[in-house]
Amino acid sequence: MSARLLKPRRTAPIFAALGDETRLRIVARLSAAGPMSIAHLTRDASVTRQAVTKHLHVLAHAGLARSTRLGRESVWELQPEPLDAARHYLDDISAQWDAALDRLKIFVER
Amino acid sequence: MSTEDRIEKQILLRAPRARVWQALADAEQFGKWFGVKLAGPFAPGARLRGKVTHPGYEHVNFEITIERMEPERLLSWRWHPNAIDPKIDYSAEPTTLVVFELADAPEGTLLTLVESGFEGIPPSRREAFGANERGWAIQMKAIEKYVSETA
Repeated sequence: MSARLLKPRRTAPIFAALGDETRLRIVARLSAAGPMSIAHLTRDASVTRQAVTKHLHVLAHAGLARSTRLGRESVWELQPEPLDAARHYLDDISAQWDAALDRLKIFVER
Repeated sequence: MSTEDRIEKQILLRAPRARVWQALADAEQFGKWFGVKLAGPFAPGARLRGKVTHPGYEHVNFEITIERMEPERLLSWRWHPNAIDPKIDYSAEPTTLVVFELADAPEGTLLTLVESGFEGIPPSRREAFGANERGWAIQMKAIEKYVSETA
């Protein structure tokens, strides 16, 4: 709730960024294992380092991930707030449908 | 396609498919439970316009374009989700697709609703949604109460 109110983010890029299998996998890994380097992310991915780098920048552009410098390496981590905002949008529309379908149920069953 | 693109619901309605179809595809009946006053009739390709009927929200426009109608089986339409600001022209923006599917169930009709295409909704609209959602939630509750009291 507060994430959405404090940061009315551009959420279309979020949906676009998540609409890719490789990027979803990267998000899942970062979510499960916490911050890690590109080398680490590439090690057990079936894609090249360049591809992983490119995908990470798409995620960063959507505000989903960010990198910090640690020595010679960049360490990448997730930024959960935009994910929350995107989820809230659908949750709220979803709740409206629940209410509408409840009214339909009352309407056809009476 | 990401799961963030769609909403899916299922509900068991204790009424025959013919009854449920009427409630979905007859403009007047649809309006009663959905909370809108529509100039019908429903027909493939038809654009139906109307207003939200809940007191205090009569300024809110409502518009859907019917896509497919397969009696007692499938009804689909497109709209601009939460296009609730009458000052905004939503017509150039992408729509979402709403599909109702009816199937026989032992005790009545199993209704499946899928709304998809949220990935195409422009960022500015999602931000506006955040500002308006509280009003909508209150409105929906009020309509629910109204309908159950008059049922």
